[in-house]
Amino acid sequence: MTLTELTAHELHDRLSRKETSAVEIARAFTQRIEAVEDSVQAYNLLTGERAMAQAEAIDAKLARGESIGALAGIPMALKDNMCTEGIPTTCSSKMLQNFVPPYNATVVERLAEAGSVVLGKLNMDEFAMGSSTENSAFKQTCNPWDLARVPGGSSGGAVASVAADEAVFSLGSDTGGSIRQPAAFCGVVGLKPTYGYVSRYGLIAFASSLDQIGPITKDVTDCALVMNTIAGHDPKDSTSAPVDTPDFTKYLVNDIKGLRVGIPQEYFGSGLEPEVAAVIKAAIAKLEELGAIVDECSMPHTEYAMPTYYLIAPAECSSNLARYDGVSYGYRTEGATDIINMFKKTRSEGFGPEVKRRIMLGTYALSSGYYDAYYLKALKVRTLIKQDFDRAFAKFDVLLSPTAPTAAFKFGEKSANPLAMYMSDICTVPANLAGIPAISVPCGFANGLPVGMHLMGKAFDEGTLLRASYTFEQNTEHHKAKPKLGVS
Amino acid sequence: MKISKEQVEHVAMLARLELTEAEQEIYTEQLNSILDYAALLDKLDTQGVEPMAHALPLKNVFRDDVVQPSISQARALANAPDAEEGFFKVPKIV
Repeated sequence: MTLTELTAHELHDRLSRKETSAVEIARAFTQRIEAVEDSVQAYNLLTGERAMAQAEAIDAKLARGESIGALAGIPMALKDNMCTEGIPTTCSSKMLQNFVPPYNATVVERLAEAGSVVLGKLNMDEFAMGSSTENSAFKQTCNPWDLARVPGGSSGGAVASVAADEAVFSLGSDTGGSIRQPAAFCGVVGLKPTYGYVSRYGLIAFASSLDQIGPITKDVTDCALVMNTIAGHDPKDSTSAPVDTPDFTKYLVNDIKGLRVGIPQEYFGSGLEPEVAAVIKAAIAKLEELGAIVDECSMPHTEYAMPTYYLIAPAECSSNLARYDGVSYGYRTEGATDIINMFKKTRSEGFGPEVKRRIMLGTYALSSGYYDAYYLKALKVRTLIKQDFDRAFAKFDVLLSPTAPTAAFKFGEKSANPLAMYMSDICTVPANLAGIPAISVPCGFANGLPVGMHLMGKAFDEGTLLRASYTFEQNTEHHKAKPKLGVS
Repeated sequence: MKISKEQVEHVAMLARLELTEAEQEIYTEQLNSILDYAALLDKLDTQGVEPMAHALPLKNVFRDDVVQPSISQARALANAPDAEEGFFKVPKIV
């Protein structure tokens, strides 16, 4: 097995045993990126020189006989909406094309302290708005399993880089499914943590009450290791939960006997592809075989989650993106005559079509005369959706569904119809509204394309999700499959 | 509820966006189809239901009023499209 195919914990073992060096690993990734990046197009920016210096620092530590942490010397990459001091952070938008943050996001600081090697910044839907990464202002990221298909989104580059062995792991962000849906499309593990578990300081905001940073990894063990590094209270984020974090690796237990798994029937609706449904059914059978107690349940407000999300998220987006006015940073139009004219031209030229559509929708939903009918109504329905979860979790430890109703679709297939594109997130959006954790785990293939099993858990109960996912993974082979990219 | 082209123009003004004629047409159509879908919520009786703006029960998170390090004026201005003598510079306002 080549170095680039290994997980973080496998690489850590080799580093600790001095079978390889951090520089050798970093070089292997640089070469792998050179070999496949032309076809995958995951990266907006490569930071190879810095990466090599970080790797050398880890090797120096090892040479001094010091022990290193689990993620030290492990090459990873960041979705391009997490601020990196001195390194451009674009959100894949013309608006921030030349923005160089003067500070690091908290997650970036924590990874630096852990000694991770940052390979670069990853492509995404502009401002994280989209489900296919087709909304990037810069490039089209391809699904490593089929280059004619989308990687999913909005963390498309983040998942494609991991699936194509261009990074050991990455960090994505998830507002309505942006970690989990692409993780399912590209056959990797993606966790959206409980709202407030991971600091949003330095994450460029889309919808502040829904956004959450999380790990994208090759297996469940790595997911726990990354959570150990990034989770925890941060005084710089006032919405950061003031709770203690466990050692997430203690949940990596191969045992789910007696685990109560609920199957909400509403997640298996008409839009679900039969091939995907069959794979999920087989995964449920596997969990039962492993000792889980599976039962159907009903979450009656599920059908209202999408319209609720598509009022709340644009409302928050229109407010958050009001800051892009061409004054203090970001793009500014040329030759504006007065200030209002400058604002309008700057924003019209700097934002792409989907971002403008959501700003328009959100502005409307918040505007005088419509606020109660749309925004306030949606906030009330959000309460009802949350109550569905409270009732279900009184009976079940986890809830299981497909991560997405289909496998990866082709470029252009849904881009002309915003509503059809939005439906791609139908299974993932409710967890964001309720603020609960949810994970997508590879569970098989439909017509040669990866399918993800989606597990949702109680707030701050990532442990149970990790235990269930780990047990499933240890007793199946799906996560070991690799896309053939036509290179060795 | 139907949103008209005039309303789309008004909302664009509120959002400080300048839309072309073609964009106005497209957004009118697309916003209507999304709002039609959102009308699904009208089926639900939400009388007496508390709105949920946030997933965590956090309120007024304060810290002690103590000066802490912050970035320098030069770095704060480094990304500015236009700056002069320590200020952000913009076109004439009045």
